[in-house]
Amino acid sequence: MRIARILSLFWRTSWAAEAEYRGNFVFAALASAGNLCASACSLWLFYQGGGGFPGWTFDESLVVLGLFSLYTGVVGSVLAPNLGRIVQHVEQGTLEFVLLKPLDSQLQVSLRVLSPWGLADVGWGVVLLVAGLARSGHAQPSLLWAIVPLSSGVVLLYALWFLVATTAVWFTKIYNATEVLRGLLDAGRFPMAAYPAAYRFVFIFIVPVAFLTTVPGEALLGRASSSMLAASPFVAAVAFVAARAFWGRAMRRYTGASG
Amino acid sequence: MSALQPTSVGDRIRAGWRIARGLFRAGYAYMTEYRAELILWALANSLPFILMGAWTQASTRGHFALSPLDLVRYFLAVFVVRQLTVVWVLWEVEQQVQGGKLAPQLLQPVDPAWRHLMNHVAERVARLPFAASLVVLFFALYPAAFFVPSAMTLALFLVLVAAAFLLRFLVQYTLAMLCFWTERASSIEQLNFVLYMFLGGAIAPLDFFPPAVRAVADWTPFPSMMWLPCRVLLGGVPTAEVARAVAVLVGWCVVFFVASRLLWRAGLRRFSAMGA
Repeated sequence: MRIARILSLFWRTSWAAEAEYRGNFVFAALASAGNLCASACSLWLFYQGGGGFPGWTFDESLVVLGLFSLYTGVVGSVLAPNLGRIVQHVEQGTLEFVLLKPLDSQLQVSLRVLSPWGLADVGWGVVLLVAGLARSGHAQPSLLWAIVPLSSGVVLLYALWFLVATTAVWFTKIYNATEVLRGLLDAGRFPMAAYPAAYRFVFIFIVPVAFLTTVPGEALLGRASSSMLAASPFVAAVAFVAARAFWGRAMRRYTGASG
Repeated sequence: MSALQPTSVGDRIRAGWRIARGLFRAGYAYMTEYRAELILWALANSLPFILMGAWTQASTRGHFALSPLDLVRYFLAVFVVRQLTVVWVLWEVEQQVQGGKLAPQLLQPVDPAWRHLMNHVAERVARLPFAASLVVLFFALYPAAFFVPSAMTLALFLVLVAAAFLLRFLVQYTLAMLCFWTERASSIEQLNFVLYMFLGGAIAPLDFFPPAVRAVADWTPFPSMMWLPCRVLLGGVPTAEVARAVAVLVGWCVVFFVASRLLWRAGLRRFSAMGA
């Protein structure tokens, strides 16, 4: 309860600070719409000439694209603004202020700011998701089935970002380690069926992109395999525990701004 | 001061060369300081490889204008071209204008644009070893895709990449000039980037576009920034098409060069008026 209260305070103040730049939001919404348009067009190109992804109609692939946009929004609103600052904390020594406060340091570092930047992506993502579901004849999606893989996806995304951002404690200047991750997560635009076998192996076992968009997408369409459904919370839990442990290790290793 | 106030054309060229070399060295030294960051930037550009997988997989089922092997090579070329044409000048200008750091630069007898340009060139050289080793690694993993273009093709490719970089730089520098008027120039660049990725052919080769879209895209500056050099490297493009694309490229270079200079002058007047 205390954590919820603190989080709401955190987010209200950061939101107020960002709301000063309302004009930015219009441009962000435009850019995000343009981005999504380009993604949808490229998806459409795949379905030209009889190609496409086996087992996925165009509309069903739109569901996956919508989910991808949703996650992009979460990254833009929560993960990027917070974890991008770990580097700054380490470089300027402000991490000490975080560590001195009587509140879990991971919480403070990773969920301090809520920025409106990703909202447009979330909005367009939901539009695309609903459109894809409706057009593919799933007007009543299996929401109940999808809740578990969807929330597991969010946790997994958080854990992956946090793992990569934590390496800043060792390397200090890695503004773009998260860009590498962002690049890899781009694979989530398309269902896993789009990729050759070797890619699919990587996206399931090494960088588990499959659990971010494809598995929740299949669940929404009511045809996820039970093994993938069962695996998704497990993968998310393992990733979260690993990220938490890695942060603890980093904090034990951290000796202050001078070290 | 004599070097900076040249009298003859020869002196002028010599002075320019000396300044360019000095700026390049400073830029290169700065970039190698952050080598690790450069490696990460090189790795961050994994989108061409992701799309390579998706497109080769799709081409085994449908009928597309390019064979699977051509697609692999195309996206590898996209990766290389992206490595060699990365531009971030807008963010630098934004920082300088908003932070008032532009003022001391204006005191120097060199237009800041040259400094930005040489920094970009130096970064290319510093990044080259990593980019090259990634390409070698790729061919080691996938030897079937290996190919040696003819010397003529390779030369044309390199010239086109240089031109593509120049155009991309000019476009972004023109947008960067908007920093004098607005704080949202980077949001405009984001829109520009989306167009660049899509119409430039990073998402799919332009050969796959419907004819109507293709006809429009061909007249925009974007295809010449990526699709043109990549496609020339693969070969099989009619000479007339290449010639037209080059004409479009040169035309846009002129347009954006003039636009950036005009905006620079107008912006500078505003900058001093702002007193920031």
